Amino acid sequence: MLDLMAGFVAELRSAGLPVSLTENLDAMEAIRQIPIEDRDAFKYALGATLVKNSAHWKAFETVFEVYFSLRGPEYSIKDEDSPDEFWREMQDQMRQGEGKGGGGAMDSLTQEEMMNLLMRALMNGDQAMMRAMARQAVQRFAGMEPGRPVGGTYYLYRTLRNLDLENMLDKLQDAQRETATEPLTDLEERLNKDEMESRIEKFKQEIEAEIRRKLVADRGADAMAKTLRKPLPEDVEFMHASRDEMANLKKALYPLTRKIAARLTRKRRKGRKGPLDFRNTVRHSLAYGGVPAEPKFRSPRPSKPELMVVADISGSVAAFARFTLMLVYALQGQFSKVRSFVFIDGLDEVTEYFKSTEDIAEAIQRVNTEADVVWVDGHSDYGHAFEVFWEKYGRDVNAKTTVLLLGDARNNYHAAQSWVVKEIKKSAKSVYWLNPEPRSYWNTGDSIVGEYGNHTDGVYECRNLRQLEAFVEKLV
Amino acid sequence: MGNRFESVQAVRDGLKDVNYLADDGIASVAFLADRLGKPVLVEGPAGTGKTQLAKSIAELTGARLIRLQCYEGLDESKALYEWNYKKQLLRIQADKNSDSWSDVQDDIFSEEFLLTRPLLEAIRADDPVVLLIDEVDRVEMETEALLLEILSEYQVSIPELGTITAKQIPLVFLTSNNTRELSEALKRRCLYLHVDYPDLEREKLIVLTKVEGITEHLADQVARIVRNIRQLDLKKSPSVSETLDWARTLMLLGIEHIDAEQAKETLHILLKYQTDIAKAVKELSSDK
Repeated sequence: MLDLMAGFVAELRSAGLPVSLTENLDAMEAIRQIPIEDRDAFKYALGATLVKNSAHWKAFETVFEVYFSLRGPEYSIKDEDSPDEFWREMQDQMRQGEGKGGGGAMDSLTQEEMMNLLMRALMNGDQAMMRAMARQAVQRFAGMEPGRPVGGTYYLYRTLRNLDLENMLDKLQDAQRETATEPLTDLEERLNKDEMESRIEKFKQEIEAEIRRKLVADRGADAMAKTLRKPLPEDVEFMHASRDEMANLKKALYPLTRKIAARLTRKRRKGRKGPLDFRNTVRHSLAYGGVPAEPKFRSPRPSKPELMVVADISGSVAAFARFTLMLVYALQGQFSKVRSFVFIDGLDEVTEYFKSTEDIAEAIQRVNTEADVVWVDGHSDYGHAFEVFWEKYGRDVNAKTTVLLLGDARNNYHAAQSWVVKEIKKSAKSVYWLNPEPRSYWNTGDSIVGEYGNHTDGVYECRNLRQLEAFVEKLV
Repeated sequence: MGNRFESVQAVRDGLKDVNYLADDGIASVAFLADRLGKPVLVEGPAGTGKTQLAKSIAELTGARLIRLQCYEGLDESKALYEWNYKKQLLRIQADKNSDSWSDVQDDIFSEEFLLTRPLLEAIRADDPVVLLIDEVDRVEMETEALLLEILSEYQVSIPELGTITAKQIPLVFLTSNNTRELSEALKRRCLYLHVDYPDLEREKLIVLTKVEGITEHLADQVARIVRNIRQLDLKKSPSVSETLDWARTLMLLGIEHIDAEQAKETLHILLKYQTDIAKAVKELSSDK
């Protein structure tokens, strides 16, 4: 058991979760109290002692599943349910349902029969049946071969393609309409659809888990742990985030802004003391017979910066720009004024969109659809965009303004016009450039971030939430 | 280490008896908290039953609940203990002449002059207690340190009196709405439990147990609509308590079957922001 736990903790650490020694000891103590056959309780016991951040739970679950799925029987952790029971159960149902003697194991079912079974399982929300079906589907459609160097997503794709779940949703809805005694209202129909969608989603997860189990069995837990290791939400790269990861990022963003805001207000209130308050010191010196024994200081009043965000929203970096805008607007209270501009090869001010609504997501939506950012061909042209910016809004840049330039500076070999950045720098308080690309890609190909960067107060790599958070805090 | 509970299942059943529906995670952690004698840090969105969990555990174990509500500016004298200086003053004035200085000194720093605050009270209690430290994320980072001694050693050090150690290890629950990151030191000393919005089945059961006389059909509909609304991108998703309020409202209105109109008219019970309500109305009336 000791080795097992040590290995598990090492695995968690390499997935990026911070696990301290005391937490490790607690976990050991905890699992002694839990009957080891109870797999769920075992998992929660480990989770409660090792994972202290809800955002890390997912990563923990994956590691847990991979790590213990194989070692299960060996350490007498029961594998969830034995499939055989379900085979039998299903055959019974088959016989009753369709009135014919389904013989042999489930392998002998035709595709159609199997789809019917699946449909019934989904209709009834029968968990055990769904799990069994997932096993069967993977066995049948994924075409897994031992030792084949293909990722799990490939198998998942193959399985899902054969199952045709999109179609299934329609069929399920039709079936429900038929079974209902009276016609359903719109609302009910919507709710039913939601329910079915969530069941299908659950089924997909079952399939995914099954594929993972099989892969672990094939390649061993250690190899799999490496490939399955998913970055924590704060480490997901903006430029390569998948749709799920994006959704997670968005969820992580709101609590993050609350945290940053709370921290900043606190910092502002409790910051160092200000300069010596001469008048007050003299006034208090009277109490000591004119000796200034007790120096008094002004309370600090750090000014809130004025912010201008100029963001490239062309395809490759759009996600990053959106995120930064969201973050900046969620933190509006920390700045005295925020103005934002977006560009591809033309430039447009979008401050109004954010002002007219409380809902940041809606504003971002409008930025994407309504802003007039295309000038010639819709390929990034930083040079032209900056020129326009300087022409139209240059006089609004003053000594209080902080200008943020967002983008990868891939200029498609247009003219750089870096003099604009230089001019901005002259009149603004400070100019920063945030680049979502890894540092090693800078100044390769058509990236000219170096040329612009020379005229700014700093170029920062902002590939993930963690880096963005660090920057924003520095900024305020 | 306590042995208040037999097994994880026992916790679950027990909680169910006092009308709190726990899922596996909650039951396991409550069980461990008792066995390991460690405090539990409960985190999650507002209104998901974090505080209620502590109350229910207290009810289940027949213990007294001692609650410390945290807020910005909370300090030692309000959380731990304070000397009753008025009484001390009176004591000194009462017999000015008789006692020698050392007598008085020994006397006025005795237990008689000590005002116990929630944390100390929990430590000194003879009867079983459950200590609830509510919304611990509201205190400043520095004040958190105040809790560390009591959480890890179950003792309080008072310079004039010495160290007071707990007579029995109380169950301790800390709740947090996650408005800021709690310190590593605090997290390390606790078991961690994240309570999220319940899934459809559990929410339905909660509605069924908490709202008297509700039909299964209505409870199901309520749970489904709430889930639908939670999937939207809202400022504040409806909490479990709001779900319950809504279900009660529907009962009062004598509605047995919700249609879109009725849902829209009563949405302000579920949602508290105008923009959120507008969004939900749009969602409920659009058919895809």
